[in-house]
Amino acid sequence: MTLALIVRRSLRQHALSTTITALSIALAGGLLMSVWVVKEQSQRTFTQVNTGFDAVLGARGSKLQLVLNAIFHLEASPGNLAAADYQYIKRHPAVKLAIPIAVGDNLRGYRIVGTIPELFTDVEYAPGRHFALSSGKLFDPAEKEAVVGSFAARKLGLAVGDTFHPFHGLIYDERNQHAETYHVAGILAPSNTPADKVVWIPIHGLQTMSGHDPKAATDVSAVLVQLRSPSAGFMLDIMYNKQGNRLTFAYPIGAIMAELFQKIGWFDKVLSLVAYLVAVVSAAGVLVAIYNSMAARRRDIAILRALGAGRLFLFGAVVLEATAIGVIGMAVSFAAYAGIVSAVAVIIQAQTGVLLEAFAYSPVMLWAPLGMIALCAVCGLLPAWKAYRTDVAENLAPIS
Amino acid sequence: MFRGIATGSPSIRDSDPETYHRQPLSARDPGAVARRARIGCAMSQGSALLQLSGLKKSFPDPDGGRKLIIDIPEFSLAMGEQAALRGESGSGKTTFLNLISGILAPDSGSIRIDGSDMAGLGEHRRDRLRGSSIGYIFQTFNLLQGYSCLENVLLGMTFGARADRDQALALLARVGLSHRLNHFPRQLSSGQQQRVAVARALAKRPKLVLADEPTGNLDHKNAREALRLVRETCLETGAALLLVSHDPEVLGSFQNVRDFADLNLALKETAT
Repeated sequence: MTLALIVRRSLRQHALSTTITALSIALAGGLLMSVWVVKEQSQRTFTQVNTGFDAVLGARGSKLQLVLNAIFHLEASPGNLAAADYQYIKRHPAVKLAIPIAVGDNLRGYRIVGTIPELFTDVEYAPGRHFALSSGKLFDPAEKEAVVGSFAARKLGLAVGDTFHPFHGLIYDERNQHAETYHVAGILAPSNTPADKVVWIPIHGLQTMSGHDPKAATDVSAVLVQLRSPSAGFMLDIMYNKQGNRLTFAYPIGAIMAELFQKIGWFDKVLSLVAYLVAVVSAAGVLVAIYNSMAARRRDIAILRALGAGRLFLFGAVVLEATAIGVIGMAVSFAAYAGIVSAVAVIIQAQTGVLLEAFAYSPVMLWAPLGMIALCAVCGLLPAWKAYRTDVAENLAPIS
Repeated sequence: MFRGIATGSPSIRDSDPETYHRQPLSARDPGAVARRARIGCAMSQGSALLQLSGLKKSFPDPDGGRKLIIDIPEFSLAMGEQAALRGESGSGKTTFLNLISGILAPDSGSIRIDGSDMAGLGEHRRDRLRGSSIGYIFQTFNLLQGYSCLENVLLGMTFGARADRDQALALLARVGLSHRLNHFPRQLSSGQQQRVAVARALAKRPKLVLADEPTGNLDHKNAREALRLVRETCLETGAALLLVSHDPEVLGSFQNVRDFADLNLALKETAT
């Protein structure tokens, strides 16, 4: 009780430095947890997101580029494949479902992707989940109609019944507007997948858009593939990638994304290192704050010693005070974490359409606070030693 | 002992604190007179609470040598005895009290307090003995500024015995501060601060109270009041009192006054 009283009073007496130090601990702890959770959640989410497909077939090139383009709607298309290639894989006995997509246009920076209605009716983008419409209806493949992803609709301010002119290319340039007018037939309900940030139109419409090469009017950019069995994937992998040299079969999608995270693993390490350094610097702030206030505390320490408080007791009080600053800081750090990770999640969703489960439990939420608190306690050792060594008689002046 | 105050006659107990303190001890606590008689008896029997012998303490001097500050061959104080030490500023009186209280360790000699040799104990055990047996009143009060009056008194009890809130409240009432329990030292006058310091020193029921110029920072009226409080509360608790001062009026109120210059041979050597 006495120890708690002394620590509480000391924190109050040095309220300003306590607050500033605790806030720096909070920011450091929040940053550390955010970096860790974003890294963990990104890897988990991006290696699991496949929007219901096992593989992607596309032009010869990088598997990663193919997956990023066809599944995540990022990157440029590595090229087109002929309609015959689509028809071939669609009829292959190992393939359960093949959905063609065509890319090449945008609506004010949001991709316009041509596809067939089966993408919305036959595909489970996650186990047990089909794409659903929050309003309107699916596009008619024969009409100039569009179904807009929820995120894109919100950002573009589109609603059912609105019209728009597509723009040529994947990057928005207002000079490259197509003449065609599309009607918004439906708005997708949020799926938290990359589909949310896409404007979907019939594939034929994109293939035959004014200004597109008429010779490529039946080509597709990629084919999204559902397989009947995992072994079929390896078989097709050998067929397209080893034996063939025209096309690329990207399978399995999760492993290809995992490769991406391995390639950028150094970046994770740099981020983590920065977060650790910030944590150490903040904990050192506890040391500096308490150490610098030791001159002002000497008299109190001397008085407590004169009252009978032992050196070890006061040593413990200073360590406990440093620990308490750590505890306060880490309690607040969860608010900092919530702020940082929410902002990051919004940015990632804007870029990829994928929503991170930012507030799902992660072990870092246990070890980071405990680690930071322990670090603060360690940083309290030096000022505690100074308190331990305080000369009582010298600090009880005046002397008669 | 302090509970006895609370069970005193209603007219005394319920009176205003200031009025209460103006009354003679016999009126406020009739038992105190009897206790005083018992203490006097103990003193006459000569049972020493504090017994010093061959006490020496030196400090480094600027020339690289050591300067002897304290050299006291013998000194004793009986249980319940009240004694004053007369001495000039800088004569080593505070050092002497710091040695008795175990804040400083002597170079040699023994300091027996109620049978325990403070000088022979390690620092940790000296802290414990000081916490349990010695109450210290300072000229500058040395109250903890971040703590209320009540907390200051409770802290005075914590390191020696159990912090007894009722006893702390009773003592603060005894020194007339029951209406200032949650005030911080900066919110009190000097006289009130010294009263808190007296309550704090006596709260743990020490066997020995050391008072270092307890009236040095007070005006005449407050000084007299503080001195009376120290002496009476020591009397009521049976604590021995060793007070050091250079104020003739303070010293004049003691029957047992010793000259520190006679006691401390180091001062004589310096003089010669």
